[in-house]
Amino acid sequence: MSLLKRRREVSDEEAATDAVRFVDERLGIAPLIRAGMNYLFPDNWTFLFGEIALYAFIVLLITGTYLAFFFDPSTATTTYTGGYAPLHGVQMSEAYNSTLGIAFDVPAGLVIRQTHHWAALVFVVAMVVHLMRVFFTGAFRKPRDANWLIGVTLVTLGIVEGFAGYSLPDDLLSGMGLAIAYGVVLSIPFVGGQLALLIWDGNFPGSSAFVDRLFIVHVFIVPLIILGLIGVHLAIIMRQKHSQFPGPGRTERNVVGTPLWPAYTFRALGMLLATAAVLFLLGGLVQINPVWQYGPYEPWLGTNGAQPDWYMGWLIGALRLMPGFDFTIGDATIAGNPFFGGILFPGVVFTVLYLWPSIERRITKDKRRHDLLDRPRDKPWRTAFGSAFFTWIFTIFVAGAADRILVDVGFPYEGQVIFFRILALVLPVVVFIAVYFVCRELKRSEARPLRHWYGTVVRRADDGSYEEIPVEIDPDGGNGNGTRPTKEEKVGGE
Amino acid sequence: MKSRSPRGELVVVGSLLAAGACAVAFVLLYIFDSHNTQLLGLSLGLALVFLAVASVVAGRKVVDQRKGVEERPVLVQEDVEKEVAERAVALREGVSRRKLIVGAGALAGAGVGVAAIAPLASLGPGNVSETLKASPWKKGVPLVDDNDKLLSVDQFEVGSWTTAFPQHADKRALGSAIVVVQILESEVLKNPQWAPRGIMAYSKVCTHAGCAISLFRYPTYEPTSQPPALVCPCHYSTFDVRKSAEVVFGPAGRPLPQLPLAIDANNNLVAAGNYDGNIGPAWWGVRKGT
Repeated sequence: MSLLKRRREVSDEEAATDAVRFVDERLGIAPLIRAGMNYLFPDNWTFLFGEIALYAFIVLLITGTYLAFFFDPSTATTTYTGGYAPLHGVQMSEAYNSTLGIAFDVPAGLVIRQTHHWAALVFVVAMVVHLMRVFFTGAFRKPRDANWLIGVTLVTLGIVEGFAGYSLPDDLLSGMGLAIAYGVVLSIPFVGGQLALLIWDGNFPGSSAFVDRLFIVHVFIVPLIILGLIGVHLAIIMRQKHSQFPGPGRTERNVVGTPLWPAYTFRALGMLLATAAVLFLLGGLVQINPVWQYGPYEPWLGTNGAQPDWYMGWLIGALRLMPGFDFTIGDATIAGNPFFGGILFPGVVFTVLYLWPSIERRITKDKRRHDLLDRPRDKPWRTAFGSAFFTWIFTIFVAGAADRILVDVGFPYEGQVIFFRILALVLPVVVFIAVYFVCRELKRSEARPLRHWYGTVVRRADDGSYEEIPVEIDPDGGNGNGTRPTKEEKVGGE
Repeated sequence: MKSRSPRGELVVVGSLLAAGACAVAFVLLYIFDSHNTQLLGLSLGLALVFLAVASVVAGRKVVDQRKGVEERPVLVQEDVEKEVAERAVALREGVSRRKLIVGAGALAGAGVGVAAIAPLASLGPGNVSETLKASPWKKGVPLVDDNDKLLSVDQFEVGSWTTAFPQHADKRALGSAIVVVQILESEVLKNPQWAPRGIMAYSKVCTHAGCAISLFRYPTYEPTSQPPALVCPCHYSTFDVRKSAEVVFGPAGRPLPQLPLAIDANNNLVAAGNYDGNIGPAWWGVRKGT
């Protein structure tokens, strides 16, 4: 019995060696595979957001390819005869017609389309949360400042990609969104008119070339750039190796973590599958963007309470809150509200994000390399600034839903605009002050109000008696060797 | 060999079997009930859930859990940096007309660069002002509804509104769609000559961001200080129809262009001229000419 078992094991190894030899003889990459297997991932739950974004993107590529087999990006008019009776006989574009076809006539088409849409929402939200994690833990500092720029670029591209995607079906909602985008482009000083006509190939709603352009941007150009940048993003991470939180045995010079093979491979695969599972469950069970209810878009149609996908909400909010005046010199109009809200506001936000590593380097005069992360409390002013900054954006985001608050709750719109204007100016200041002092106090006292359970462990001794041992349970667990990080180690990067 | 986690192994096997069963259920649904979106999503989602459970349990319980420590790569190697920089500069050795070559190269680069992007000019934009200001309306063009029927003044009463288009024109052109409203003649405070019987027409395209004006707020029943107004549903730009659609609230920077109306011999509405301003969202030349 034991002889048989041993023989089988040996032959396993031999088979594996043969397989590796087969690859190595042709590519010579055994050392690379070894390095990959040994690559260490420091464990922390906050590192998962970037992974979720990556996996959502994979789901987007797969479901998007499926949809592209059935979608027809054409403005040619047709009369609807498909599976949704209420629209029978309605004149519509082939784009809208084929979108309805995916929903009602292609087997399993709707579940794929809804999963695609949900994946887009999750993709952007995961990137944004990942960006916040990187911000508040100081992971953007040298040497990761280069990767921060790529990350911020990926967020902008994700928003552009999402907007292009939900503009394609040519339903009423997507048409209204494109009208606003057209207004925003027109408002760009000096070149807005040229640019808008260039993009739309004429006056809004554009020629038949426009939907072709939108399609190629959505299914080829932007995804290709995103894919390439994700590749660079990950390559840089692998070159620099993961950052890690301070803890026992962790220094600026080393990485403590779980190797890619075997444990982390299965964990990461599990995360990919879990992300896909949630997206397909949402796609099957939770309706999203029911375009058949909106009807086809015509430039003279509009509807009250229309809301875009969530990642456009902050821009809609800015259009709502910015005062309505055109900036004129003589009879030349330089810019108006769509410019302030639709270009200037996101411009300021992304400029701050792009420049933040340099701004912080200039303030702190800290040019050293950092591989140990800060806890948010370790840098009260950074955490306070970030909290205020994101609060500012979030307040404007909520103001984007003012029309739904009017329609659903009944709060007068005019009053809401004034309220949100004041809130967008006051709330960030309040948040800055509050967060600054909370962080300073936490840093001073080293209290961990959300992390610790103070209690006792009861242990049975050898003689049968029981003893009580007071302990602090640290769910973080350090590196699992049972020692508690000392204060010096935790502060680490300071 | 001693198992690290016999229970974990069982969970993995059970989850894999469950995943397979859910996947089979998905295929059966696809064959027999292919439009049942909920069950399709549920079966596929659950198959993935079970696979995820199997994978995570395998990764956290079944396989080797040892952690590792490794040194970070040193990124800065000063001697190599110096060597690379020196090699880069060594390009100049034995070359005398450096500036000339660089200049010629820059010239060639600029020329080829421009040639490469020049075809992009085919995209347009053509005559910007003319395109953006295009309007199918002129004096005498009859108003029709979305079924191409002429609009008679008898269809209107105070407080009513409708969408209209120029006869025999492209309805989708941005300059085409107008909103026609009727208010009391005594309420018309500006340009009464364009509003026979209090019936007036405005471009339906919001001057803020190009959405269709599709709300008419006419305070018929309750006493209110608000004027009768056209409202854009996108960002609630509000235009006072008594005063040629002056902006009374919201982000719009200009009034809606008004289309002068007249009544022809058959009691139908016709345009008495073009808009009194340029239609659509603002661009640099929106206030220049009409």
